Amino acid sequence: MTQHIRVALGQLRPALGDVAANVEKHLSWLEQARSGGADVVVFPELGLTGYQVQDLTLEVARPLDHPDILRLVQASRAVDVVFSFVEESPAHLYYVASVYAAGGEVQAVHRKVYLPTYGMFDEGRYFAAGRDFQPVTAKYGRAGMMICEDAWHVSSPYLLAMQGATWLLVPAASPARTVTEQEAFGSQAFWRQLLQVYAQLFGAYVVFVNRVGFEDGISFFGSSGVVAPTGEWVAEAPALTEALAWADVDPAAVRRARFTTPLLRDEKVDVLVRGLTRLMAGPAGEGRL
Amino acid sequence: MRPDIQRKLHVNTDLATAVLTAFIREEVEKAGFHRVILGLSGGIDSALAAYLAVRALGPQAVITVLLPYRTSSPASVRDAQAVVDDLGVTSLTVPITGPVDAYFATIDELLGSAAPPLRRGNRMARERMCTLYDLSAHFEALVLGTSNKTELLLGYGTQFGDMASALNPLGDLYKCQVRQLAAALGVPRSILEKPPSADLWADQTDERELGFTYDDADEVLYQLIDLRLSPADLVARGYDAAFVQRLVQRVARNQYKRKPPIIAKLSGRTIGVDFRYLRDWGL
Repeated sequence: MTQHIRVALGQLRPALGDVAANVEKHLSWLEQARSGGADVVVFPELGLTGYQVQDLTLEVARPLDHPDILRLVQASRAVDVVFSFVEESPAHLYYVASVYAAGGEVQAVHRKVYLPTYGMFDEGRYFAAGRDFQPVTAKYGRAGMMICEDAWHVSSPYLLAMQGATWLLVPAASPARTVTEQEAFGSQAFWRQLLQVYAQLFGAYVVFVNRVGFEDGISFFGSSGVVAPTGEWVAEAPALTEALAWADVDPAAVRRARFTTPLLRDEKVDVLVRGLTRLMAGPAGEGRL
Repeated sequence: MRPDIQRKLHVNTDLATAVLTAFIREEVEKAGFHRVILGLSGGIDSALAAYLAVRALGPQAVITVLLPYRTSSPASVRDAQAVVDDLGVTSLTVPITGPVDAYFATIDELLGSAAPPLRRGNRMARERMCTLYDLSAHFEALVLGTSNKTELLLGYGTQFGDMASALNPLGDLYKCQVRQLAAALGVPRSILEKPPSADLWADQTDERELGFTYDDADEVLYQLIDLRLSPADLVARGYDAAFVQRLVQRVARNQYKRKPPIIAKLSGRTIGVDFRYLRDWGL
């Protein structure tokens, strides 16, 4: 019988600026995930701090070795955990970061590369941008983290998949907006299409964990879920309410998908590199955006 | 106040006056107005606002309104009158006793209990706001705000009451800076020297009600807000931990008073969220 992987989706509602309370909530949900037999539990973007921290950044930022962070890292002895907070670097730059912790140790830190600074978003005002996407080797496969807006840039999952990721983990704080006659929020509909395409295009599992709750009138829509390499949603959390959702997934689905539709096999990195090299070497403004 | 902090809170009064008078002039003219109107309480903040307005626009363009309640201290009215006389501005006296007492006669009976002083005080502040906004329409004059930075940070003011205005020249001056500027602009000595009071009931003083002095508050607030020091930093500098914590909590808890009401986001473009223009847009 196939060995299933049990993923827990911690669709919680962080308290803005209250790191202590959020750490407690993460620990308590992590314990539920462990007792429910999860292999990994994924929490949303900035789950330890709240999303629109603005001038609270200075108060809520934590270096990786801060006791608050270490508590969660310690708890990963029981179950792998992905959590997100404002990371203060040794040079005192502030990053939207997610940590992959397992076995009581930090396995990887991803710093959000794409900071939305348009429309309702203001991240570039407060945060430094990460510069890299690298997957981490987990006990159940290679996992790559993309934080929210990272996933709205096609190069992010591409880089992760080409480095062997079979899991794309997406902690998010995506606001509910564009309520029309449709069933889903406009923002949610786009997410669903995007993640389905990624799952199929890269033959990977996509784990989307979006927070809920309001911050100054802006609600985050939740609707976390897991998309299989077939593009099917194999788990879906409710919209707008807190939930610890579960997905039991068959990692062999990646194997079958990548054999049936071997897009990754046929990917020509050298074509991409030549094209990009030419673009980078060209005169500024010519052939570039 | 520690000498190094006192030095940092010292404001160049000529420069500050130049900015604030230009601000009043430009904002009023841009909005298509020529006059401002403000309530004079007899206290230092509204007096300073009046002196700045007269410097900016001339005495003929400044309308002052005295809005006493029956318990207002006669000294307050005298001090307000001294400002009117010194500046030569138009002045009206509109007692608010009638409407405020009529309201509480009705509401106390309806609720079956007498309103406590805080509710009465807030109602008075809002009655004054209503009157000023009505007169603002009558005189085609913009309402000038008189809340200073210390009050705004502490939330020591009435939402939609004395905190309401069209433009506020004092909002970025700590109380100790208001004093410096008021002295430099010739605000009468009796106003400069008396203890600050909201004058909502007999013998009320701000500092007794708050439980600390404005100087002590300014000293800590300046370091928390302007220098971005943490509460722990301030305690390490020798400030009383409980006092610092009290101020930190007041500042955070009263943030709602400093913001417009929140709107639930539904659409792709929400007022105040991703519908963003300066107020100047419409001017």
